[in-house]
Amino acid sequence: MKEITKEKLEKFFNQIKTQKNIFAPVSQNEKTEFVKNPSFANINFDFIQTTQSAKHLVFPRIEKLFEYSSSKTETSLRDVDTNLFSEVVLFAAHPCDAAAFCVLNQVFTKDYVDEIFAARMEKLTIIGLACKNSDENCFCTSVNLSPDSRKNSDIFLIPLKNGNFAVEILTKKGENLVSQSENLFENFSNSDFLITSVEKKFELSKVTAKAGTFFENDFWKTNSLRCLGCGACAFVCPVCSCFDIQDKKCGKNGERVRCWDSCGFSLFTLHTSGHNPREIQSQRWRQRILHKFSYIPEQEISQSGCTGCGRCSRNCPVDMNLLEQLTELNK
Amino acid sequence: MEKLQKKSAELLQNKTVEMIIGYENGCNFNKIRASFISVPEMTNKLIFNEKCTQNLAVYLTKPEIKKMGKIAVVAPIFTMRTILALASENQISDENVLVLGFSQNNELLDFQTLNDVEKYLSQIEFPTLKEKMKLEELEKMTLEEREQFWKKELSKCVKCFACRAACPLCYCLRCAVESNQPQWVEVTSSPLGNFEWHILRAMHLAGRCTGCGNCATACPLNIPLDLLNSKMAKTMKEQFNFISGKSAKQESALSTFNNNDKENFIL
Repeated sequence: MKEITKEKLEKFFNQIKTQKNIFAPVSQNEKTEFVKNPSFANINFDFIQTTQSAKHLVFPRIEKLFEYSSSKTETSLRDVDTNLFSEVVLFAAHPCDAAAFCVLNQVFTKDYVDEIFAARMEKLTIIGLACKNSDENCFCTSVNLSPDSRKNSDIFLIPLKNGNFAVEILTKKGENLVSQSENLFENFSNSDFLITSVEKKFELSKVTAKAGTFFENDFWKTNSLRCLGCGACAFVCPVCSCFDIQDKKCGKNGERVRCWDSCGFSLFTLHTSGHNPREIQSQRWRQRILHKFSYIPEQEISQSGCTGCGRCSRNCPVDMNLLEQLTELNK
Repeated sequence: MEKLQKKSAELLQNKTVEMIIGYENGCNFNKIRASFISVPEMTNKLIFNEKCTQNLAVYLTKPEIKKMGKIAVVAPIFTMRTILALASENQISDENVLVLGFSQNNELLDFQTLNDVEKYLSQIEFPTLKEKMKLEELEKMTLEEREQFWKKELSKCVKCFACRAACPLCYCLRCAVESNQPQWVEVTSSPLGNFEWHILRAMHLAGRCTGCGNCATACPLNIPLDLLNSKMAKTMKEQFNFISGKSAKQESALSTFNNNDKENFIL
């Protein structure tokens, strides 16, 4: 383990900024978001969680899959040149966000490798930051993570009592990133860590086991009547990866794009015939929870479909609180 | 609060209504949420105070709620207005809705019919909207400044449709933005697609929006969407002397013709 002062961390940050795009948490008007290439002075190191996750770095809101143009006689397709994707560093991401990329990665590459996603993932380096603060919506410790979990971070920072940061370089990507700045890091001085504690609220295996047998239960109906069926929870979620394929046409040219979608929308499962297998909101809410806590674990993905970041609960306009319902399932 | 709980219990006991939609304490400190109560024993969960800002009329047009039968709904003034607007559009009626109205002083009002609601509303002055930003500030801007303002705000939109879902007057089961043959509006949350969506929504709500502001509070990204709607409401007032949600018999402003209508907006 190494240590770095805040001044030197700034130098490190600025050095990265000259070569790559770097995203870091910045607070403005009561909201914190990952902002592209901000000034170091504006970074919030004490944030609980950003409003939106950082998943857009590898799974953008709109991703061009290919372009096409057609004439009278033929149609030609042009692939996306993934070599043009820029190198991206995600700076000061909390463990719940870093771990979320594990799930995304397996969703997009497990049995079929999505080349565009894989290329973006390859160019992403994650500098994790242990959490100094947490709130009542945080539950990382219930999904086998913690405020200082290193999972999927390439470099990990822990705030120290003396104002410095402890640094762990965890992967080859992390080593490459520090290779030009090694002089900035010092030996660890044994100052105390500043890490919040997050109480464990439920037993993941118990919830998963119960969720699997709970399909036909009134629980979903009684607990989701107030759900409005918007996509706020899915869109702020670092793990939710459902998408829709659309064509953006302009005359004879166009592009095929992948854009975010949500299982909470009533149209998500609507068939051409008019039949909708998830006709009412309670079925859609059930899908959201079971996907995260039953179907993803069944697929042996190394992280549950939820990393306990609490964004869905913080952003739901009608207080559909995920943790509350999981605690209920834990009973 | 006690009065509300008692009355709700009676309504359920007498089978006057099948369900009460009101407010209860949320799971976290400071949060209040919608409550769906169908047994008299649970009515002690019901609360009412100035923090009850969700417009519960949004639930009245949902097919799964409509199926249940007659519903009593807790309604501060902004919700009463919405209920009248919905009634004027033939979405609800005395047959399926009973209003548990609250005055501005948080007093439970005694309404038997929508007509009673209308009478009450005609005697009071509508409270002004609490927008996140004042409409006047926006109106003071030049055209270019306004364009920049909306570009900045609307580019944040991720099209989660929380604004639409939270809006009681956005009750279409199939929204125009989801039509794909033909595709009227870009589905993606690109800058153009976002502009198309929000302008379309504002236009569709012109003369209908009752100004509850739930679209703006629902937005996870704090886009001041209520400004678009309050500007529309202001225009409707100035041009047609029309205020939505005043009466259940009100004719729709944009689909009725009046010889006295101003035509100065036609280029």
